[in-house]
Amino acid sequence: MDLLTHAFTFLYQIGDAFSFLVLSACGLAVVFGMMGVINLAHGELIMCGAYVTAATTRAGLPLPLGILAGALAAGAVGMVMERLVIRHLYGRPLDTIVATWGISLAATQGTLILLGSSMPGIGTPLGSFTLGGYSYSTYRVVLMVAAVAVLAGLYLAFNATRFGTLARATIQVPHMAEALGVDTRTVYALTFGLGAALAGLAGGLYAPTMTIVPTMGTTFIMEAFVTVVVGGADIFLGTAPAALVLGTVRALLTTWQGQLFGQIGLLVAVILVIRVLPRGISGLILRERA
Amino acid sequence: MIPAMTSAKTLLRRLEGPQTLGRGPAFWTAFALAVAAAVAYPWFADGYTVGNTAYFFCWVFMALGLCLIWGYGGALSFGQTAFFGLSGYAYGVLTLNVGAAYGFTLAALVLAVALSAAMAALLGYFLFFGRIGGVFLGIITLSVTLALERFMAQTAGPEWKIGAARLNGYNGMSGMPPLTVPWPDGDVVLFPDVALYYGLLGLLIVVYLALRILVNARFGNVLVAIRENPERAEMLGYDVRRYQLAAFVIGSALAGLSGTLYTAWGQYITPSSMGLTAAALPVIWVAVGGRGDLTATLIGTLLVLGGFQALTIYGSQYALVVMGLLLVVVVLAAPDGLVVAALRGLGRLRRREAGR
Repeated sequence: MDLLTHAFTFLYQIGDAFSFLVLSACGLAVVFGMMGVINLAHGELIMCGAYVTAATTRAGLPLPLGILAGALAAGAVGMVMERLVIRHLYGRPLDTIVATWGISLAATQGTLILLGSSMPGIGTPLGSFTLGGYSYSTYRVVLMVAAVAVLAGLYLAFNATRFGTLARATIQVPHMAEALGVDTRTVYALTFGLGAALAGLAGGLYAPTMTIVPTMGTTFIMEAFVTVVVGGADIFLGTAPAALVLGTVRALLTTWQGQLFGQIGLLVAVILVIRVLPRGISGLILRERA
Repeated sequence: MIPAMTSAKTLLRRLEGPQTLGRGPAFWTAFALAVAAAVAYPWFADGYTVGNTAYFFCWVFMALGLCLIWGYGGALSFGQTAFFGLSGYAYGVLTLNVGAAYGFTLAALVLAVALSAAMAALLGYFLFFGRIGGVFLGIITLSVTLALERFMAQTAGPEWKIGAARLNGYNGMSGMPPLTVPWPDGDVVLFPDVALYYGLLGLLIVVYLALRILVNARFGNVLVAIRENPERAEMLGYDVRRYQLAAFVIGSALAGLSGTLYTAWGQYITPSSMGLTAAALPVIWVAVGGRGDLTATLIGTLLVLGGFQALTIYGSQYALVVMGLLLVVVVLAAPDGLVVAALRGLGRLRRREAGR
């Protein structure tokens, strides 16, 4: 096995970890960055997306449409959640995190009661390709492309659309935006819905690669949390570089000691990083730029 | 005045203060009655029910610790179960290796709790001295407990053992001896019935009163000042980080105490005691009872535990759905907790009666 294959395998692993971190964290990061709200039911929104995707795909819908359906369903659930609970808790971040944990608990167990302990999955599509004697899953490459596409799409959404302008105005100076006629409540509701839809998208995209169980949200949240913590409040200057750094750390540790040590090493790295950079990578970049 | 009476009065004064609800003869009469009822209770109940109540007592220490960290210190830790599990496993490893002779189980209890306190000091150093506050503290501590659960869950293989103790992965560790008190004519073994019940009741009363003294002392006042306004407390010259770290270490040691007692009670500990669901339960007890007050947390925890067990008859999934929704409703409708709200309502009623 030559050096090039080694290098490719390593890059593939970094890309895999990067896409996992970006996709599982971006919904959380949008909601946190825009609203200062940490949604502990994020994992359950991912689970919701995965369930809807699996169900619609098994019912005969093509997979891309199934994933879209999963994202839309999670987005709708998120809007309802915002209307019923989150809206009443703005300005009380600790209470929001506790309340969303209650939702998370009820949602996991409710799904277990209603839909049973697991759901028949859908196989990973697209097969695999071989390079230098090793085979790689093509779908994983699709996931990497999807992660980059999501980042690009978010950049456009926040910088090139009217909604993006209003949303950025609302986070910067909420009362001024309101005085200028922006309906900030709607902006918050839409932002939360967008975050939820992104969670559903992550669930839908990963549905073909994992077993569909009510507790599957737990697989995502730890990684999503640490990415957001390391990244800080800004999604482009924070989440993306954080995912890249943490993805590399995780790929290195996974190659060296296996998957579990990848996860634990990730957490230790995060605790060390926040001791030095309490406001995350975006805090560092923004301070240097200022 | 007789010196003993003077010192009793000083003690009583230290137990009361602005940081705890309940003061004066009425409260302490009720307290004495509650203690008397708890002492008399095993005479009227069978061994199983008493052992079950002892099981409830095991958890209360963790709740009181979280109340100190979150309610008084304003730092929301979701990872108390990490210390619960750590101490539980430590107790198992120590006693399985050394045995229960010469009262070693009590030494193992102290060592296990000390381990949790040390780990809390290490983790807390990075968190509080890195000035991680608010929501981040919650999600980092939650990540820590989830990582510990994942780690312990994969220790099924025979290579995962510490001395004579196999960690046993997801099946958990079992067979450790119950707590034993050395006694001249034969050791007293605290089996999970009446003996352990009295031991835990005594410990609970001591911890509750000690925490009351702590929060009404200077330490508690500064802690509450930090919760209310960290910047102002800092400007007044208090090192916010040290006070929060101290509260975190004490609270986590109490979580470790719960874990050790639980392991000794059931002679059993599994990784799921550190999982997401397990981690949510202490938050629910403290939030429902009333995080701002020790007495409210104590009452709330016992009530919610009792209610949870009653619901579990219909299946634990249903009970967890109810618990989750209860948490949401409490946060929305009674952010200070149900017990605190009830006590306040009672006080208002009494004042209205007096004013008439």
